[in-house]
Amino acid sequence: MDTLEKLTILTAAAKYDAACTSSGAKRSPKKGAIGSTSSAPAGCCHSFSSDGRCVTLLKVLLTNRCIYDCKYCVNRRSNDAKRAAFTPEELADLTISFYRRNYVEGLFLSSGVFRSPDDTTELMIKTLALLRERYRFNGYIHAKAIPGASPELIERLGFLADRLSVNIELPSEAGLKRLAPDKSKHSILTPMRQIQCRNRQSREELVKYRHAPRFAPAGQSTQLIVGATADTDFHILRLSQGLYDRYQLKRVFYSAYIPVVEHALLPAKDVKPPLLREHRLYQADWLLRFYGFRAEELLDESHPDFDTRVDPKCSWALAHLDFFPVEINTADYEALLRIPGVGVTSAKRILSARRVGPLHTNQLQKLGVVMKRAQYFLTASGRMADGLHFTPDSLLRGLIAAEKPLLPEPDFEQLSLFDPVTA
Amino acid sequence: MEAVYHYDGSFEGFLCCIFDIYQYKEIPAAIECGGEKAFTLFASRTVETDRSHSARVLRKVSACAPGAGKLLWHGFLTCLPEKELHLYYFVAKLLRDGPAFLQDRSDKTLYPVVRAVQHLHGEVHLLKGFVRFSELGGVLGGEIEPKNRVLPLLKSHFCARYQNERFFLYDRTHKEALFYAGGHAVIQPLEHFQMAPPDEAEARYRILWKRFYDTIAIKERYNPRCRMTNMPKRYWNTMTEFQDEDYFKPQTHPEDAAIPAAPAARFVPGTRQEPGPSAPGSDP
Repeated sequence: MDTLEKLTILTAAAKYDAACTSSGAKRSPKKGAIGSTSSAPAGCCHSFSSDGRCVTLLKVLLTNRCIYDCKYCVNRRSNDAKRAAFTPEELADLTISFYRRNYVEGLFLSSGVFRSPDDTTELMIKTLALLRERYRFNGYIHAKAIPGASPELIERLGFLADRLSVNIELPSEAGLKRLAPDKSKHSILTPMRQIQCRNRQSREELVKYRHAPRFAPAGQSTQLIVGATADTDFHILRLSQGLYDRYQLKRVFYSAYIPVVEHALLPAKDVKPPLLREHRLYQADWLLRFYGFRAEELLDESHPDFDTRVDPKCSWALAHLDFFPVEINTADYEALLRIPGVGVTSAKRILSARRVGPLHTNQLQKLGVVMKRAQYFLTASGRMADGLHFTPDSLLRGLIAAEKPLLPEPDFEQLSLFDPVTA
Repeated sequence: MEAVYHYDGSFEGFLCCIFDIYQYKEIPAAIECGGEKAFTLFASRTVETDRSHSARVLRKVSACAPGAGKLLWHGFLTCLPEKELHLYYFVAKLLRDGPAFLQDRSDKTLYPVVRAVQHLHGEVHLLKGFVRFSELGGVLGGEIEPKNRVLPLLKSHFCARYQNERFFLYDRTHKEALFYAGGHAVIQPLEHFQMAPPDEAEARYRILWKRFYDTIAIKERYNPRCRMTNMPKRYWNTMTEFQDEDYFKPQTHPEDAAIPAAPAARFVPGTRQEPGPSAPGSDP
């Protein structure tokens, strides 16, 4: 099998992993080595595929041979798919060649579980060690920690990679039992805890010794599949919040479930992936990480799912109209961040600009505020935007109208005059 | 009195315009460079570039507020129409009113400048990812078509990343190229440039990359609008994954094959022969 065919098989097998970021690592250029990861704190996208997702890293599996039989996965043992495996040399050469041509920012290495978690991790370590030591590769490496691998091996993997990730995939224990019988909550959370502790320890050592080796300096991330199980948005968001709080995760990725297989326990194959739901979860995720929101504020047991018509922040604002309007000339940073249409950047610009003089509503657009949403929720020097009249009803309509161009076109159903209408 | 100022197109030349405007106590009607001098009713002045004058202006601006000198330089690299006048107004306001207005992005004088600089930085950030190099004869070469003059800002990024390589990056819009070899980088004007066709190895990696790019997309999530928002079509021209079939066909040229280290680029006949893109420091 030649490299082109292997690349095709192992890329297709890896494409359902949502994480493709190169953020959070500061690997400054080293003499004699190739590459750096400090192009921008938020990472650097090298291309965008036709589904609009960013292509940052060479995202492949080391092998798609797998002893597990997770029902939702294309690489499960019982699937009749073509199998392939890269040799460490092949993959190292491919990474370096792509990197030199500026095609990618580094390597994202994942793998099916070949023989056992330990054997797979050892193969991954061999590949990464070859890249880092022989090829002197100093770019970004994101590696998957395989649940069930021994702590010593994960430790070695962490010193070679910038970011580690362990995919939870199914957001509840019941879902795991049903769809991924070879995995358990315990086997997933154990390596996550280990990575967290080792990362903290490594940062403490760095304070004392400047050249102490760095363990996964860009932290860890995980992925949750949305729509394969019956879990609600509230459940998923609370899980993410717990992961951010207790495991110091850098990112939780959400992946709309794409039916790859017909199975009684899974959604039917013609079900469309819940992309809008995934989008709302990402929006809420940002609210958790940068806007000081808590999952319990956005959703509760009586409203367990997000409104698809407006974004989570607007939903929150509509349910808390007594908080508004916010006076932008006096409100503190946290209150500014609660206004729909005001983001982290524009809130900081407001803080900076109002030190020069009182702000008026007509200046806000230049500060980056999205006025079509924000106008209903703020005053400047006690005045709202000129000519704005609304009632609670028209407010909702206005916000839905503001959101509409951002949403995909709904599928229209052709009505027939003659078919009997079933009520 | 109003006057039209002409300068040589360099940043130093522009700073000297500001110096002269203050020296003559005039109001500039326009600040122009290059090309034919348009007929105007205003008095016309040609400004000689004097390093001591430009250094004085830059020192003064930088002393007014931290970051002001950098903003001025970055503003000069943008494609803002009449950028010289906008930047002059910016400097004039900074010297007259002090640095307070720099805090307020919605300020009338500041806003066009920071918007243009934001556009420049956005383009620089995207190009850090979208630049594609080809390897020929051990030298990496790439081409871009940016709106702003991004090469000075891309220089440090690529030089740090590929510090052991020899590479060049050609800017088609502004007809200049960044050359790097052995720890030294220069940006020089270059009128004509044409990329050489790929050899076997280069063509192979182009095919591998194209295949990777096509395979990584999930067809159930097809979303061309999202892709276009993130990666506007004007960048596609110079990216490997959007080239037609010929781009992936290896071609060996007898005249290239005869030389042990074939030059990475062949120059269009009729222009002066370059000593090779891997030799920075040579004048075009």
